[in-house]
Amino acid sequence: MISTVAVLLWGLAALLATAVLAGAVSRRAFATRLVYGTALVISAALLVTVASHLASNSGEVSAITLPLGLPWTGARFRLDGLSAFFLIVVNLGGTITSLYGLGYGQHESAPHRVLPFYPAFLAGMNLVVLANDAFAFLLSWEFMSLASWALVMSHHRDEANRRAAYIYLVMASFGTLALLLAFGLLAGPAGTYAFDAMRTAQPGPLAAGAVLALMLLGAGSKAGLVPLHAWLPLAHPAAPSHVSALMSGIMTKVAIYGFIRVVFDLLGAPAWWSGVVVLLLGGITAVLGILHALMEKDLKRLLAYSTIENIGVIFASLGLALAFKANAMPSAAALAFTAALFHVLNHSFFKSLLFFGAGTVLTATGERDMEKLGGLIHRMPVTSFVFLVGCVSISALPPFNGFASEWLAFQAILQSPELPQWGLKVIVPAVGGMLALSAALAAACFVKAFGITFLGRARSAVVERTHEVDRWSLAAMAVLAVFCLLAGILPGLVIDGLSSATLPLIGDRMPVQAAQPWLSIVPIAESRSSYNGLLVFVFITISASLAAFFIHRFASHALRRGIAWGCGFDQAAPAAQYTAASFAQPIRRVFGGFAFRAREAVDMPAPGALEPAHIKVDMHDVAWETFYQPIAGAIDFATERLNYLQFLTIRRYLTLVFLYLVILLLVLALWP
Amino acid sequence: MNGLTFDIAHLLAGSLVLVSFMMLYQDRLFALINVFALHAMVLALSVAWQAYIQDAHHLYITAAIALVFKAIVIPVGLHRIIQRLGIHRDIETAVGIGPTMLAGIGLVTLSMVLMLRVTPEADPLAREDLAFALSIILLGLLVMVTRRNAVSQVVGFMSLENGLVLAATGAKGMPLVVEISVAFSILIAFIVIGVFLFRIRERFDSVDVGALDDYRGERQ
Repeated sequence: MISTVAVLLWGLAALLATAVLAGAVSRRAFATRLVYGTALVISAALLVTVASHLASNSGEVSAITLPLGLPWTGARFRLDGLSAFFLIVVNLGGTITSLYGLGYGQHESAPHRVLPFYPAFLAGMNLVVLANDAFAFLLSWEFMSLASWALVMSHHRDEANRRAAYIYLVMASFGTLALLLAFGLLAGPAGTYAFDAMRTAQPGPLAAGAVLALMLLGAGSKAGLVPLHAWLPLAHPAAPSHVSALMSGIMTKVAIYGFIRVVFDLLGAPAWWSGVVVLLLGGITAVLGILHALMEKDLKRLLAYSTIENIGVIFASLGLALAFKANAMPSAAALAFTAALFHVLNHSFFKSLLFFGAGTVLTATGERDMEKLGGLIHRMPVTSFVFLVGCVSISALPPFNGFASEWLAFQAILQSPELPQWGLKVIVPAVGGMLALSAALAAACFVKAFGITFLGRARSAVVERTHEVDRWSLAAMAVLAVFCLLAGILPGLVIDGLSSATLPLIGDRMPVQAAQPWLSIVPIAESRSSYNGLLVFVFITISASLAAFFIHRFASHALRRGIAWGCGFDQAAPAAQYTAASFAQPIRRVFGGFAFRAREAVDMPAPGALEPAHIKVDMHDVAWETFYQPIAGAIDFATERLNYLQFLTIRRYLTLVFLYLVILLLVLALWP
Repeated sequence: MNGLTFDIAHLLAGSLVLVSFMMLYQDRLFALINVFALHAMVLALSVAWQAYIQDAHHLYITAAIALVFKAIVIPVGLHRIIQRLGIHRDIETAVGIGPTMLAGIGLVTLSMVLMLRVTPEADPLAREDLAFALSIILLGLLVMVTRRNAVSQVVGFMSLENGLVLAATGAKGMPLVVEISVAFSILIAFIVIGVFLFRIRERFDSVDVGALDDYRGERQ
């Protein structure tokens, strides 16, 4: 009987073979259908394999060691509850993205730059999740990074894309360096790179703190944790839209998997302050991410910034789980951890959906700038509807899935008074406030995203000529919209499914939700709180139908004429509408001062002059200017100086080597 | 191990260091090559003595290789190269003899202090041997650094390799394959460098490596 992990590895080998095949045939006309079709079939097969493994023998670990890679080490792979959950996220996303790609890929201008790397990227993400030793993990991680980098570079004639890809590459290498050092610390002096050995070893408090910091740098930079997020809103939108969906919806989750794997699994018992660090970073990330998103007028960049916010929510939940775990409160820790995983799943659904929507809009209109869109709901009704579903889900409105997971996160926050440390007692509610703020701002952000893009009147001529896109894309988005709704009204099923991931890492699980009457979910006990998505859904459906019925039935049908002085709306100039910038202006005024160092200046012409007045807004990315620019400047300075070394004579090179050797020997001789 | 065998091994290794010092102040190419031949000969003696006291017969082969190739074939070859290049009258040092000798003394001191400090529990013969070997390696590097002529840089490189062989033979149990492969790689390096010398000469009418820098259009 062949083990499940071996089956999965064969699937991944098939994906890699597809990548090679795609490299060979990518210029042919049939290549797009062939590659996305094959990726779709393989991803679905992987998904079914993992799901059936979970269903038939949940919790059972399947491991394999391949004679690849470093001699005497091999490459270890392992499938347990946590990796099974993330494999489902990855392959569900991969399946639906491939479905979308069947349609969207037809519009690709340079398919030979996308097709070979797409299956490779999928395989890389799968391999990271399956890896069971540091070597295999880092190799897969780099493979994933490089494949996605190639996809970001696919439209390389655009200067902005090249810059984004460059920054992405630098940040990815930096992140891998941090991971390498973290694994080095975990391996200890004995140099055992297998995860099984790391799991049993317990590093000292100093080493554990250093590993946590390095994981926050390494996995956090890939996931988009503030202040390491600056590459993300550049790189994710630069890729083709379905790849943006994969990067934003799935790859950031793989980074979170890496964080969970090391911090919750390999590192052993956490210290309570590690929870504080992760919580605070998560809260700050959530608020800053969504504030940036609100300021954006580029639809895909807005979605990328919103990814940062969701990553913040997930990290805050993980921080809570760490804090509860450190204080031996397993049921609360299981609640927070489940909330994090549930949000991982949900975000992969709605962020993919929204990026697909943005890609559809981009295909139909050629525009990403919201200020030039508007009124698309008349031209693209289906896309508008599914995009609305995505917006409602990501804004955490019931009955959709975003609400269920964020509600769980807040339920976990409400457990904080039972924590013994005063630091946590103070910080957890503060972070809760930040999450609440970010949830409210997210709602505002997606009101803006949907309202400016799809509602109102067209702001440019190109919108008037658009029409709905192909059926593959629409089908993919519709499937995701249905998933968003299902996970929202049946959260109990998802929560029960997550128990196999929670149980080994936390030592506890949430109460069995299937046992609850009427599909309610109960985080701790029914006397404290419960939520029934189905009930809310039924209530909303009935009340909305009734309201619609009453309005249509009893509202006045009398003919109305507009008045002559229509408050500026009598002339149908689209420029008179709300714009993305004007919608965000109140929020910019409130938060801009500290979050963006925003300055507004009105440039008023002299009385009698005929030129128009201007309002200028000057905004800064604080993280970029505080962290990135000084480091980049220092590196430039150092390389400028070291460049001198490239042009020495042979004898001077010899002398340098010689002197360095002598200095090293001297250090050795004089070392006490 | 009795005192006499130890003393002889010590004497041979010490004279190798002494010959390395002699190399430092030769400013004529022929003299330098002759000293190098002497260096290789002393090395061959030393290795042969090690073979005798360790009762390791394969080391005799190493000694023979050192004698044949390094003490005879390579010096004769270098003599011919120099005659064909017509540079036997050149006088060349980039750094004065006095400072070079002082630096050499400093390097030997450094390697003695270092080796005696980091290997307190090792076999005393191997310990002294390693200290001498490190001195020879550093002196060989010093020759390479202080010369401007490509031929003398080759000689410095070869004397450095002699130090490596000394270290390898002092440590018991080094397989013969390693030594033979090291010796052959050195021989091949010699051939390659010899070919390159003529190529450089053809192109620049000089084997002064400074000419390469002029060709690159950069500062000396």
